[in-house]
Amino acid sequence: MENVLGFISPGILSQILVGLSRTVILFIVSSGLSLILGVLRIPNVAHGSLYMIGAFMAYTVSHLFGGGTTGFWVALILAPLGVAALSFVAERSLFQFLYEREHLMLLLLTFALSLVFGDLVKLIWGAEYRSVPVPSMFQGYINLFGGLPFPIYSFFLLVMGPVIAILLWLLTNKTKIGKISRAAAVDREMVGAVGINVNWVFAIVFVIGCLLAGLGGVLVAPTVSVTLGMDHTLIMEAFLIVIMGGLGNVWGALLGALIFGLTQSLGILIWPQFGIVFPYCAVVVVLIFRPTGILRSTW
Amino acid sequence: MTGSFLRKRSLWVIATLVVLFLFPVFLDRFYVYLAAIILLTGLCATSLNFVLGYGGVYQFHHAVFYGAGAYGTALMILKTGLSPWLGFIVGPVVAAMLGFIIGLICVRLSKLYFGMLQISLGSLVWAIIYRWYSFTGGDDGIHGVPLPDIISSPNGGYYFTLIVTSISMFVLYRMIKSPFGSALQGIRDNPVRSEMIGVNVRLQQLLALTIAGFFGGVAGALFVVVDNTVFPDMMFWTVSLELVIMCLLGGWLSYLGPMVGAAIIVLLRTYISGITVYWALALGIIMMLVIFFLPNGVLGYLDRFLKKKARAR
Repeated sequence: MENVLGFISPGILSQILVGLSRTVILFIVSSGLSLILGVLRIPNVAHGSLYMIGAFMAYTVSHLFGGGTTGFWVALILAPLGVAALSFVAERSLFQFLYEREHLMLLLLTFALSLVFGDLVKLIWGAEYRSVPVPSMFQGYINLFGGLPFPIYSFFLLVMGPVIAILLWLLTNKTKIGKISRAAAVDREMVGAVGINVNWVFAIVFVIGCLLAGLGGVLVAPTVSVTLGMDHTLIMEAFLIVIMGGLGNVWGALLGALIFGLTQSLGILIWPQFGIVFPYCAVVVVLIFRPTGILRSTW
Repeated sequence: MTGSFLRKRSLWVIATLVVLFLFPVFLDRFYVYLAAIILLTGLCATSLNFVLGYGGVYQFHHAVFYGAGAYGTALMILKTGLSPWLGFIVGPVVAAMLGFIIGLICVRLSKLYFGMLQISLGSLVWAIIYRWYSFTGGDDGIHGVPLPDIISSPNGGYYFTLIVTSISMFVLYRMIKSPFGSALQGIRDNPVRSEMIGVNVRLQQLLALTIAGFFGGVAGALFVVVDNTVFPDMMFWTVSLELVIMCLLGGWLSYLGPMVGAAIIVLLRTYISGITVYWALALGIIMMLVIFFLPNGVLGYLDRFLKKKARAR
């Protein structure tokens, strides 16, 4: 190990690992965004708000169940479902009437929703900082590569990322609903013409995408302080990742999240003040060479 | 027929300008300030509509140019010993250059891709300004920008805003009515066809984006005059989407629509935030109502209403 990693200092290595665990959150959220963009063509600005709501729901649920390990596992299941239910209501009552209209209207509707959601969170949970405890089985650190402390929870995240990616790939490629949704992304009229109820396919895809946003929110909750405004920066990052990876492509979202997370964490190491700028530069470079993203987009 | 109509319209314009000119005489200070904010926000929304409504380009993050104009002006005045008036030229020029650069990167992409890349690049500019404490003051912004005596009083600032806004609105109007404006609208309606008849689509769009950036910058410079401050939240992406909503609410197919939309939003924001802290909730609900029930905006609705009435007669 010493020989292979001789030229990489432990500091850089731990920074890379931290970047990778952040990548997982970015990937989960942006894969949902990408799914919705690819199939329904909605640039969902409210996606970040759903992520925030997921985190707040995780706070409430885990505290209802005593705040320990059980609380976390229950929150991991209930909070994304709560977000999914919310998005289902939004889709059925608002979005489904706008699919025929321009993208701009859909964008503005999602923006309106994000404003409403933001204020509802303020109304329900208030503007204070909240924290969700790390479940006891993931507490503590393990030593990596000779004395490098690495939080166990981050390992859990690193496992979750590929699991979600594979599940999503199975969903879009091996199930009927996935196949229909991919067909609908290319030509929704044709799919309707062969007798499939496109409307419901859209609703299901929308709900799955939003569920991922909620899941990202729950998973990030133990690592950050849950607060208002956590949606604003995340949604921009998720947009960048989706554009970089190619709209609607799950692996593209993974690749985009990897590039984004790594340039961010290494950027902070190189130039602390402007570390935030590096991922944006990566996006510009990628798009100059591949204007529609690294991998093939669905449309 | 057209002649008398034209004369009638110019009469309306002159009457409005006279009324606006008399505002400081019979309104108190707060309302003069509010009127100035409406004028400059309206100019910013109109410059956005120049590319969004007339050009069909999804410029989602227009507030960047508003902010760039404001920062360019404020920093020019503060950091150099040159005449403050020069700052009012430098600010918009910086915004125009930024518009050109962002446009150059984005213009190759089609609608939604364009919009998303543009909003991301705009966020990059915001992030740089937000972090660059030593130069831009970071998230504190810049307060108390020294201004020339003649425009430093509230009324002086208002008149300056009124004059500059009127000239800018006139110039933008002439541009829309020029051959360049027609080419732009042609591209909006059918890009492929425009390309075929020999219009250089991307060049025209890039030109339009630069012009829109310039006038967005003018609005930003005016904000420095009226409010005396600059802060990074001026160019946060939510501000941009508010600008888009102003265009939509007023009616983006009519030239004065964005101005009307800006007036409605600024007035509502002022009064609703006086009552409750949940202004965003109110704005969100207003936006939804507009999207579902007023897709052509207030002016679009009035226009159709008046036409229906004329036909009935």
